[in-house]
Amino acid sequence: MNAIALQIVATGALVGVAASTLGTFLVLRGRALASDAIGHAIVLGIVLVWLATGATSGPLQLVGAAAAGVATVWIADALGRTRRVADDAAIGLTFPALFALGVLLLNVYARDVHIDAHTVLLGEIGFVWLDTVPVFGVAVPDALLWLSVVTLLNVGFVATFFKELELGTFDPALATAFGFAPGALGGALLALTSVTAVASFDAVGVVLFVAFTIVPAATGYLLVDRLARILWIAAGVAVASSVLGYLAASAADVSIGGGMAAATGVFFALALAFGPRYGLVAQRIRRRSERDVHENRALAVHLFQHAGTREAGEENVVGALRDHLRWSERKARDVVARSLDAGWVDRDGERLALTERGRAAAREILHPERRDAPSAR
Amino acid sequence: MSGGAAERAGGPGGPVHEPDLAVHVEDLTVTYGSRPALWDVDLDVPPGVMAAIVGPNGAGKSTLLEAILGLTPTTAGHVYVGGRRLREARGRIGYVPQRTAVDWDFPTRVLDVVTMGLYGRLGWLRRPGAKERRLAETALERVGMADYRDRQIAQLSGGQQQRTFLARALVQDADVYFLDEPMAGVDATSEAAILDVLRDLRAEGRTLLVVHHDLQTVRTTFDWVVLLNVRVLAQGPVETTYTADNLRATYGGDVALLSGAADPTANADGAPDPTPDPAYAPHEGTRDA
Repeated sequence: MNAIALQIVATGALVGVAASTLGTFLVLRGRALASDAIGHAIVLGIVLVWLATGATSGPLQLVGAAAAGVATVWIADALGRTRRVADDAAIGLTFPALFALGVLLLNVYARDVHIDAHTVLLGEIGFVWLDTVPVFGVAVPDALLWLSVVTLLNVGFVATFFKELELGTFDPALATAFGFAPGALGGALLALTSVTAVASFDAVGVVLFVAFTIVPAATGYLLVDRLARILWIAAGVAVASSVLGYLAASAADVSIGGGMAAATGVFFALALAFGPRYGLVAQRIRRRSERDVHENRALAVHLFQHAGTREAGEENVVGALRDHLRWSERKARDVVARSLDAGWVDRDGERLALTERGRAAAREILHPERRDAPSAR
Repeated sequence: MSGGAAERAGGPGGPVHEPDLAVHVEDLTVTYGSRPALWDVDLDVPPGVMAAIVGPNGAGKSTLLEAILGLTPTTAGHVYVGGRRLREARGRIGYVPQRTAVDWDFPTRVLDVVTMGLYGRLGWLRRPGAKERRLAETALERVGMADYRDRQIAQLSGGQQQRTFLARALVQDADVYFLDEPMAGVDATSEAAILDVLRDLRAEGRTLLVVHHDLQTVRTTFDWVVLLNVRVLAQGPVETTYTADNLRATYGGDVALLSGAADPTANADGAPDPTPDPAYAPHEGTRDA
């Protein structure tokens, strides 16, 4: 990888870590789409700050655009509180209007400025190396410098206030009772999301920013069930997506930002399919084994109920499973084979009889209260 | 009621008011829109009792707890816990919200949830350590959940979730506990475990205010009762206060309460009785200016 490639991948990775760290909390709070709203609305903030001060980047831009992002969420929340607009519609009502206003202002006042709709949506990560600033004599891309600062800020924020953010997300009422000001922390989360959006804006655009905010966190949520581990996995997925997305996009000569966003989607799809506990394959296997167990139990209960009765000779035979339980030939054979393997059933020609183990299993199903009785009181 | 001990100013934690009462609420009104949710509630709960808060659906039982704990804005009134304003009393209060108050798919384990009960004592920035972990494990043993400490919380039954919440309140080591329907929709094992813990807490001299839905068990389980339907209709010891007349005033007439098995909440829509018997008017505590 040459220096330019390294700078491009590093830019993607920094946006990924910065965004996914905050995104983990946004996703858990049910506020993932706030990142989409913020990512668009900051255009208005950027234009307004530029019109007022002439600054196109730097701290003033960060603050102004961050304010625009927070204001967007605030307006959407206020609309939602009127109860005349659903929360998701409120978000959808707010940010397109503010984004469009920003674009219109650009059209009127800044026909020659480099910001355009394509840049806004997908960014120009391939050109991050063009604008550089010297740091200790080394030319460092502008975007990379700012993103490093923002990434440190975000990671520092989450590391410092992890306990407070965790409780404020899981149980805001208890967080309030403990005086942890979950509302203020939530506001800080949105403000940092806005700052991150601004810092990522030139390089990666809204789509990749939203992808990095939501997808790695959602991937982690599918894989593990501890908050801290989700944060680590999300950061890892974001970095890996930057590397693999860049390599794939370069090889295919397509949009690098698009490649990185698509890579996050691939990781998510893999986690959805093959995740150890919540993955679709794992669930399917678990459901199948549960079904097997239930069938074994059904056979045990059937044999138990009829054992020692007059009709036992008629009921407790392999043929009865077909006629009475309405099991297919093959299913009856499978269940009997599994029950023999499990040591629940003995077979004597056509006759089936429960072993002591099988009787215990049937008793536990039919009389669960006897087993629970000692622990109940 | 020691009305004379009014507003003893000074002390490290601000003014003290009605220090002989575990919970003292005066003129508390909460409104949602135009509808009053709680209307001029006066409440006095002595220390060391286990009090049931009973009333029909929509009576404002949960709102009363939330208002006392400062979790919902109030229109009027004030609250003292152990003679202190809420701000100074926070460390002595434990709260068990309704189970549905949180997202049980949240990525966390049983032990972590219980440890959260200690966050208040830790304060800002300090992280829980070995000591907090031990306290949480002890609380889990107390509610019979020690074997579940590493479970993801979504894998618990309703009763186990409720016991987890109770353990989280236990580690707070509070003087006054507020519990919102801790026995609603739980299995028999969990209900027995929860009741045992609540009785232990009372035996240790702590005060419990429990929003309770099962009118049949009030008499056997509690020693103090608050009958609520937007206003407080009656409050006092169960033997003298939990009467058919008071229940009728609370639920509005047609209630097959103490004898029948019918759920009285099913035939009351939460509307307050417009003409209550003055004999069951809210308890008048001694007021201070």
